[in-house]
Amino acid sequence: MLTTEHPPAPSQAAKLVLEHVSKWFQTSSLHVHALDDVTLRIAEGEFVCLVGPSGCGKSTLLNIIAGLDHADRGTVQADGKPIDEPGPHRLMMFQESALFPWLTVLGNVLFGLKLSNGLSAPERLEKAEYFLELVGLKRFMHSNVHELSGGMKQRVALARALAPNPSVLLMDEPFGALDALTREQLYGDIQRIWSQHRKTIVFVTHNVREAVCLGDRVILFSPHPGRIREEFSIPLPRPRDINSVDLARYATEITRVLKGYVQPEVAG
Amino acid sequence: MITRWLAASLFFVGLVVAWHVVVKAQIWSPLLLPSPASVFEYLRTAAEDGTLWEATIVTVRRLLIGYGLGILVGLPLGLLTASFRWCHDTIGILALGLQTLPSVCWVPLALLWFGQTEAAMLFVVVMGTVWSLIIATDNGVRTIPPIYSRAARTMGSTGLHTWTHVVIPAALPFLLSGMKQGWAFAWRSLMAAEIYVTILSGFGLGQLLHYGRELHAMDQVIGVILIIIFIGLAVDKSLFAPTERFMHRRWGTERA
Repeated sequence: MLTTEHPPAPSQAAKLVLEHVSKWFQTSSLHVHALDDVTLRIAEGEFVCLVGPSGCGKSTLLNIIAGLDHADRGTVQADGKPIDEPGPHRLMMFQESALFPWLTVLGNVLFGLKLSNGLSAPERLEKAEYFLELVGLKRFMHSNVHELSGGMKQRVALARALAPNPSVLLMDEPFGALDALTREQLYGDIQRIWSQHRKTIVFVTHNVREAVCLGDRVILFSPHPGRIREEFSIPLPRPRDINSVDLARYATEITRVLKGYVQPEVAG
Repeated sequence: MITRWLAASLFFVGLVVAWHVVVKAQIWSPLLLPSPASVFEYLRTAAEDGTLWEATIVTVRRLLIGYGLGILVGLPLGLLTASFRWCHDTIGILALGLQTLPSVCWVPLALLWFGQTEAAMLFVVVMGTVWSLIIATDNGVRTIPPIYSRAARTMGSTGLHTWTHVVIPAALPFLLSGMKQGWAFAWRSLMAAEIYVTILSGFGLGQLLHYGRELHAMDQVIGVILIIIFIGLAVDKSLFAPTERFMHRRWGTERA
């Protein structure tokens, strides 16, 4: 059985709790119902992928968890406390690398470290070097951002997000702009880093295979308004290879379900 | 690199030769178009008796003070108009309007308000600089991709830190081009002011130019124009060009 309703196990502490979250956007020409009554519990150390077509509000949800945006209705809590502003415990990685071009690779990784208190300059440097090593880019630490390839930029962005030691990592289609081969390498890297550092990761993507490859759980969204439709737990062993047959079976099943929610929308 | 230098030198030598040829052809009276030799002779004597140095120092001092004041006022105001809507709707509109006013138009006002003083000079230069600087800064800050501030906010950057560590560095290429434009405006305004206003506290290059005309000394007029061009070029090459090169390397905007 591939589809399982997956209530979080009572033994796991809920890291993020979203209850009845709704969000509307008002622009000059239209009124968008971005999220409708979204309830979601994410356990400590869990890797959760939010999947859905564009316009389903998954990025909006991520922004709300980050504290960059606010829910119009419902509550959002991290570690039992309401989220009302961004905090260094929840770092975000964007689709574009969002690296600062006026800083070197090292300067970018140090940026967040300088804002988290209690570290001396040599300690910060040591940490920055450690995380650049972790993503395999230590020898590029003095390079300028524009000298890196797209994949390398996202690795630096990952190191920058990991360095201040956040407990939650929010990733908004971070590999969307990369070529397939680079993406595959990064799937390997992110799984390795996740198993070593055990962050809670919320990963937004529209690529079902990617979601199945990375997530403990895949949450399916449908658009207009953005709603959670179904949840799938992915009990495949790690590290997972995106080209494996087992993984493809899950992805096929989820894609089939997803199409059921999207096609009437397109036809209508 | 050497070939580029060579090409540039050849070009300018060619220009002087062409000038010389035109003078020799006697199409225009030598009173209207002096020969290169007589212009260089004027520059030599004026440099020897010190008038050229004194005028240059007076002018450059006015320029630096006026331009400095313009930056001190213009940059913060530009940051304000970019970040607060009510500043944009007030100061922003004012700046946009006044920027279109040629700076010579400030000269009569400056004379009436400040009389024939250094303050009148500085007023004209500041008025010529500050508005375009506000607009360039405003544009620069607005052009920053919002993702930079968002990324910074998730890392815990707020308020003043975001300004000093994200907004200003991100806007730097625009701030620099605004400052460069401001420099050009300041230089023009000052020349206009010096040509129109005679003040006793200092005799600048513009006044030297003006008296060249009064005395029908075309070698002086053209000589001073050359000096004015040279100062403009020197500032660009020594101040702005290295900064721009650094930024192009960092930002990766350099043309191959």
